[in-house]
Amino acid sequence: MLKKRIIPCLDIKEGRTVKGTNFVNLRDAGDPVELAERYDHEGADELVFLDISATLENRNTLTELVKRVAKTVRIPFTVGGGISDENFVYELLQHGADKVCINSAALRNPDLINRIADRFGSQCLVVAIDARQSGNTWFVHTHGGTRPTDTVLFAWAKESQERGAGEILFTSMDHDGTKKGFALQALHALNQQLEIPVIASGGAGNTAHFVELFEQTGVSAALAASIFHYREIEIQDLKNILDSHKVPVRKL
Amino acid sequence: MTAIVDYDAGNTRSVANALERLNAAHIITSEVELIMSADRLILPGVGHAADAMEKLESKKLIHVLKNYKKAFLGICLGMQLMFESSEEGDTECLGLLPGKVLRFRAENSEKVPHMGWNDVQAVVQNPLFGNYEQSQEYYFVHSYYAPTGNYTLASCSYITPFSAAVAKDNFFGVQFHPEKSGIAGQQILSNFLKIR
Repeated sequence: MLKKRIIPCLDIKEGRTVKGTNFVNLRDAGDPVELAERYDHEGADELVFLDISATLENRNTLTELVKRVAKTVRIPFTVGGGISDENFVYELLQHGADKVCINSAALRNPDLINRIADRFGSQCLVVAIDARQSGNTWFVHTHGGTRPTDTVLFAWAKESQERGAGEILFTSMDHDGTKKGFALQALHALNQQLEIPVIASGGAGNTAHFVELFEQTGVSAALAASIFHYREIEIQDLKNILDSHKVPVRKL
Repeated sequence: MTAIVDYDAGNTRSVANALERLNAAHIITSEVELIMSADRLILPGVGHAADAMEKLESKKLIHVLKNYKKAFLGICLGMQLMFESSEEGDTECLGLLPGKVLRFRAENSEKVPHMGWNDVQAVVQNPLFGNYEQSQEYYFVHSYYAPTGNYTLASCSYITPFSAAVAKDNFFGVQFHPEKSGIAGQQILSNFLKIR
């Protein structure tokens, strides 16, 4: 049976892992390669690296990081942050990344999704969407969640799928960093409307949140950062608990 | 020495990194002489079957692969190319194994591609899977599959049962990514390196 994936996310700034609450107040969480190796050994199913500084100067830093990670970890990993052209995608994949993740650039230039999917295949393209609820509508935000747009989450996710996205990584900005649980209703609706896998992000605070996520929404994967970095939840403990709730997970 | 066949359609770097972690000598190449002088070859593959066949053709590798006499391991698309044909781009493939690679047709709420870790059960004793009685989990990413048949070494089930690993004579193939499947995947590569 296909397993539900547990994905630690490493936010990278100037080569270090950081994690903020509601996308601000960054705390240092260590060397990303060491952390990645630890997660591989502890049974993480995939890893995501997001370069949140994402400036042009950081392009080489990110490529170097990908190279180091690819040598070390034995599980698939995704890289994102500031990717806005196919040549950079090519460079990252060539250096050993398995997937890339695009966000603001896709919204600005939706054709980028088609171009990356056509050239490298949908399997290597994750479209990340940050959204916040206003009334009954989820509006997409860009630039690390700082800029609201008029785009609606569900419409954008569907368009991304049609253009060739392989997966949707949805972060609820209302839940991110709060540790009060995932955006269950929105995730359930999103998963039902899409044919491609959905990765849930934002709000994980304890193991019960993961259990309710997988029991109630049908999503393929859950992503979280600080609770894993600071060992508030051990991945193996989480998987044992999911297993006891009959959620299919990979065990070491 | 293991030759990792470079035909612009594979994650050659990831396979090379995995061999490096095993301290196994390897070379990423599309040169016929280097491929022939190596002790074994790995045909990786990510992408589209018809495109991949065109690239193999343009690099004049089809004849070399078809007539290879030493241990051969196709990974993911590399395994699919070992069959007679594929629905992906409706292309003829290498024909090392009988049959056609088909597209998953999603039923109910299942997602395509089949992406993530899934259970693999070896169905016969074979050199790739050491402890073959116990199922193991490996990482898959694919939208097309090879049905099970006489050549199936190990099977997996997603929407339908399919071949997770195949073999005929010196030709081996795995649908999952051993280079991305943690310790279990590393063991498959290590077992392949021992095949003479």
